[in-house]
Amino acid sequence: MTTSNYASERETDEGRVFTVTGGDWDTIVSGTDPINDERIVVNMGPQHPSTHGVLRLILELEGETVREARSVIGYLHTGIEKNLEYRNWVQGSTFVTRMDYLAPIFNETAYALAVEKLLGITDDITERATTIRVLMMELNRISSHLVWLATTGMELGAISIMLYGFREREYILDIFETITGLRMNHAYVRPGGVAQDVPDAAIVKIREFLKMMPKKLKEYEDLLSGQPIWTERTKNVAVLDVTGCVALGITGPVLRSAGLAWDLRKTMPYCGYETYEFDVPTHPDGDVWGRYQVRLAEIRESMKLVEQALDRLRPGPVMVADRKIAWPAQLAIGVDGMGNSLEHVAKIMGQSMESLIHHFKLVTEGFRVPPGQVYVAIEAPRGELGVHAVSDGGTRPYRVHYREPSFVNLQALPAMAEGGLIADVIAGGASLDPVMGGCDR
Amino acid sequence: MTSPTDKPNDGGVPVPVTPAGASGTAPAEYPPASPAGRGMFGNQGTGDVSGYGGLVRQRQPIEEASRPYGGYFDEVRDALEEAYPAFGDAIEKVVVDRGELTLHVRPERIAEVCQVMRDDLALRFELCSSVSGVDYLGADERRLHVVYLLTSMTYRRRVRLEAAVSVEAPHLPSVTAVYPTADWQEREAYDMFGIVFDGHPNLTRILMPDDWEGHPQRKDYPLGGVPVEYKGAEIQPPDTRRSYQ
Repeated sequence: MTTSNYASERETDEGRVFTVTGGDWDTIVSGTDPINDERIVVNMGPQHPSTHGVLRLILELEGETVREARSVIGYLHTGIEKNLEYRNWVQGSTFVTRMDYLAPIFNETAYALAVEKLLGITDDITERATTIRVLMMELNRISSHLVWLATTGMELGAISIMLYGFREREYILDIFETITGLRMNHAYVRPGGVAQDVPDAAIVKIREFLKMMPKKLKEYEDLLSGQPIWTERTKNVAVLDVTGCVALGITGPVLRSAGLAWDLRKTMPYCGYETYEFDVPTHPDGDVWGRYQVRLAEIRESMKLVEQALDRLRPGPVMVADRKIAWPAQLAIGVDGMGNSLEHVAKIMGQSMESLIHHFKLVTEGFRVPPGQVYVAIEAPRGELGVHAVSDGGTRPYRVHYREPSFVNLQALPAMAEGGLIADVIAGGASLDPVMGGCDR
Repeated sequence: MTSPTDKPNDGGVPVPVTPAGASGTAPAEYPPASPAGRGMFGNQGTGDVSGYGGLVRQRQPIEEASRPYGGYFDEVRDALEEAYPAFGDAIEKVVVDRGELTLHVRPERIAEVCQVMRDDLALRFELCSSVSGVDYLGADERRLHVVYLLTSMTYRRRVRLEAAVSVEAPHLPSVTAVYPTADWQEREAYDMFGIVFDGHPNLTRILMPDDWEGHPQRKDYPLGGVPVEYKGAEIQPPDTRRSYQ
């Protein structure tokens, strides 16, 4: 056996163990006896460029065929759900936004809707706030799907699409920065409404984006759809039918790519989605190709929704009228992100003692939420994002549980990978679009 | 972590009433007054500094719903009662709150109930959306609750099943045979709350490290919990810092 810098080996009770940090597959397997040692166990990750963050896969291989696949998660667990129990209800939005970092607006909106349902103020949310939420969510859906396209392209060897996808996503993050002051982790959607109004500059930017994007989508399709390598690596790969999806709890584009038009925006509408005009794209094949087609089509549908939301924006308040719940002042965007408006600070510090007390009570202690429990689910880019929130009547959540689509969907990986080639594990895993920040929370 | 209900009323500060649901048989009426009621600056009681110290916040206990429940809830209950002969024994309580239906199920019956909920043609709850745990420390003797959120894609309905177990015997049957998607979610509930799902194919920790001790999301498990050492300095767990006491 040749010794290699890339694959050091040691003998253990379970057999020979190789530590591989790179290099050529032939060098690695040259040390195994192909007649007697047919099965090898490969540990992929948690640090591997194509596992979307820190996901670890343990694969049992026979040649290049995967016999068993097991995923190990938890490397990005940060205890967000526990932390929420020690902060007040409004502070919660700054935590949940960091779960699925590619879809922060969805995490925030689901949380805000849950708190509002607990408070019983769902119907009091102003029309403008709801429209802004829809606008932001759909922009976020586009940016999330663009990252999926970019990373999946890269994992299957298409580097250009990676650069293009991230380039266009940056445009959306730029819009988000104009509106919320931050590119990611916005804490923009808050219980009661949104943190501050959309500035006119952002509207101009969104209109420009809508004008630019169809050309870019055409470009992606020209690059990928007809390309033989892309079609070879996606068609009939990692197939999962509707029965499999429902049994394993898979929702979102993966379920729709199997042919079931289950989209919570249509089937159990929230935020007034029933009044918007859009389609739910599906695909009959249930393979990686189908998921690619569905996601591209969803970007187009989201653009329709963004356009409709823009047309519906009428001047008005963006926070609920109840002063016992609403944040005491509109926030303002400064050079370092979002913060209290200087005008408001001048007022409470210099003119009105009562305003100061009100501000202090609401900001430090927070509002109380009547006891009870609710479950609110929205259609996130990866599927059903559900929030189970329990209140004990205090100013802090008693328990918040996130039903994270990344977490649930990852369970489908063995079903997709076992029996296929090791190269298709990458394609199948990527097509689930797991975000480990959301999965591990 | 004691709840303010244990403390004597000092200085006219209002103290929340004892939860009415604290019994071994009935599920919790509502969660106990938790640290959330203590305000942020170490004050006891409700943290009411308005001067109206005599005001006591009256909590409305969440009561068992009476028929008709409204909406599709009656249909779901009737269909389950018809399809499942042991309904009277298995269902402890029916609660309708904030437009959501909750069936409190005896823990040993949960897998059977799920099977009927999934297979009966009038129910058809094909998808188990979510399984999670809640720890009602101080409000319920069977303080660990498992909450199942079932979705019927056919009828576009949702229903919540809730099963309560005690810390001493935290066992209930796994529903993975009915809903394979519950696999990881039950593992998470085991990891975070120490609830043991009998019959689960591989009930191991999922988010915390394998050798972790304790179940972090129980209410008597403090935030932080372990002292953190960072460049020689001992950082106290957050719950022992001033603002959380």
